[in-house]
Amino acid sequence: MDFIKTHIEFDHKHTSPLVSCRFSPNGENVFFGAEDYKVWRWNWKEDTKIEFKTDAWVMSLAFSNDGETLITGGYDGRLMWWSSTADSPEPIRIIDGHEGWIRALAVSPDGKLLASVGNDRVIRLWNLADGTSVKEFHGQPEGSEGAIRHASYIYNVAFHPEGKSLVTGDLMGQLIEWSLDTGVPQRAWTAESLSKYDTGFRAQIGGFRSLLFNSDGSKLYASGITNVSNAFAGIGNPSIVEFDWKEGKQLIEYLSKPKLQGVAWGAAVHSDGTIIGAHGGSNGNLMFWKPGEAEAAFQLKLPQNARALHLHPGEEHVAVACSDGHLRIYRLGPKA
Amino acid sequence: MKSFAMCGSVEHQMARRGFLGIMGGAIGLGATLPQSLTAGLSQQNKQMLVVFLSGGVSQLESWDPKPMTNTGGPFRAIPTAVPGIHISELLPKTAQHMDKLSLIRSINTRNGDHGKGSYQMQYGRNQMPGLEFPHLGAVTARSLERSNSPLPGNIRIPGGGRSRDAAYLGPRFASVGADGKPPANSTRHESLLSEADQMRHAFQRRANERFLSMRRTAETDLYTQSYEQAMQLMDRREVFDLTKEPEADHVRYGNHDFGQHCLMARRMLENDVPYVQVSHTNYDTHNENFNFHLEQLAEFDTPFSCLINDLHERGQLSSTLVVVMSEFGRTPKINVRYGRDHWGTAWSICLGGAGIQPGAVIGKTNDNGTQVIDREVNHGDLFHTYLSAVGLDSSSSFNINGRELPLADPAHSPIHELIR
Repeated sequence: MDFIKTHIEFDHKHTSPLVSCRFSPNGENVFFGAEDYKVWRWNWKEDTKIEFKTDAWVMSLAFSNDGETLITGGYDGRLMWWSSTADSPEPIRIIDGHEGWIRALAVSPDGKLLASVGNDRVIRLWNLADGTSVKEFHGQPEGSEGAIRHASYIYNVAFHPEGKSLVTGDLMGQLIEWSLDTGVPQRAWTAESLSKYDTGFRAQIGGFRSLLFNSDGSKLYASGITNVSNAFAGIGNPSIVEFDWKEGKQLIEYLSKPKLQGVAWGAAVHSDGTIIGAHGGSNGNLMFWKPGEAEAAFQLKLPQNARALHLHPGEEHVAVACSDGHLRIYRLGPKA
Repeated sequence: MKSFAMCGSVEHQMARRGFLGIMGGAIGLGATLPQSLTAGLSQQNKQMLVVFLSGGVSQLESWDPKPMTNTGGPFRAIPTAVPGIHISELLPKTAQHMDKLSLIRSINTRNGDHGKGSYQMQYGRNQMPGLEFPHLGAVTARSLERSNSPLPGNIRIPGGGRSRDAAYLGPRFASVGADGKPPANSTRHESLLSEADQMRHAFQRRANERFLSMRRTAETDLYTQSYEQAMQLMDRREVFDLTKEPEADHVRYGNHDFGQHCLMARRMLENDVPYVQVSHTNYDTHNENFNFHLEQLAEFDTPFSCLINDLHERGQLSSTLVVVMSEFGRTPKINVRYGRDHWGTAWSICLGGAGIQPGAVIGKTNDNGTQVIDREVNHGDLFHTYLSAVGLDSSSSFNINGRELPLADPAHSPIHELIR
């Protein structure tokens, strides 16, 4: 990928700031959530748009493997199943999935399970086909010695590519691996740099804005904010941390150069190994790293703050949801 | 304006002496209140509790939610104990007590500065160079003074020492910090035997009496009274010891700082302190307003609702005004960092107890909270309302060395329809 020639190819102006985005599995549409309490399907080549009335901010979007079904996870705690291709979408199914915000969704590699996480600190597995509850993971009883459980809001979830476990990460920076068979937490460790208690403002800042594996599952990537000096002004640096999955050890922390202020709201790993991050806070940037090199190899300034990033299935484009209501599609290379 | 309290008086000097100085300052000479105003007030045992949410809590995430609008943010509004009144879902426990509380949703203080806003809300006026006015706590402590109590009348939680926030009312009404522990140096030194200590005090009293028989003045009376009151307070040092509260209450209120501070506030009110102020920090959420309000208001909701519940069940709420305030609110517009910025144009407070009509909503903002559209009030009106709610005539004055100095800004008046 010749990321130095990355450039904007499509730009859609929406009427409300955006909060999330995701390409459909066939890559023809981008679905995005907005502050208008709706999700929108945008055909980025034809510039047509269809609304999905979710009545909530939706930060998490997931699809069935065939792309026919969209599942939205709302900040009202509701999971909603939709036909992703409908002309006048109506929810197929609505489930009160969590108490409080749903912060993230993930689909198992075989496409059968949907995992949802959020503020109630419970990991829930659903049959993606019919929405029935499959399992709940709560962790070990509170107060027991060495108990592994989430003590704060769960920010993200990802299935391991081998399909036997999943990983969750919370506000406090704790990562937990869970067995899909037993629901028992296998191990826990902390991404020290991605969470901090700000003693001045007396609040915890951090958490995992993205959590994803590389294709063979040997590495786990987590994005967020590090080096926070003022939580309430968002003074810190965007960061993507790479872990060795087997050992649960941090391998490297990818940082911007020159240092940017804000959060890495989204991350993606290209099949050629390039790590891509989307930054927002003080303006916005796309950031690119060569694997194993901590300093960004290239940064492209965006017209406004990024709030979400998704890599196109064809890996030639990324979608960036921005605070100014624009959904921007960047080509990762020279003009066609 | 000259601060009459900073005149080198005995009263002032004593206020600078650590614990004994602090406690000695709890009595003495100073401003006089018209007899008609003070008469009967101590019998009513009115008190005031202010919970100050530092940094500026968002009205949209607390008392005036606007869900499903372009400014509403991600949180929902929930019903409360009062049909028709909805508050943010971040306050589920407080919502159950809204039948004891009221809301003012139409505050416009025309200010977005922390320092100025903090002054406005706690002094009831705009800050003006060269002029010193007493803090709400000092006005309350002076007006609702318990003349026979050795305890300070104006307690600030958390904190330590005595502040200089009483202006012309004098340091004895200035706030004294309490942190849940008995004040330092408030016990007899272990090297001093009890008998020797008693003999020491007896000798001092005899010397005082001899001196007073020949040269009695107001200052000598003050000195003697202060000394005796400090001695009495040493016997009551456990009032400040939060460990004396039942363990179950520590758990119920929460073992975090704000939980313990609310429990301390309950203890102070039970001990008949006229004014108690608790601070909870911080709400200055320019970045990630929603995540931080989720975090902070979760910490606020449980102990605050415990406190309201306990005051109610113990029969204290009918005589105790409770006010939850900030220096301002936060912008309806959500910024690029999911933050909200400073906003004094259209915001809210919650209050209840004492003379406040319960279950009321005063004023209204427009559909997305960008402006007040009914019954606009400001910090001056609020200050009058607080004083009226504890039975004071907020249009009356203190007589300070012959000068009439109004309790509250005469340019404003109470929200009469909120006072019962």
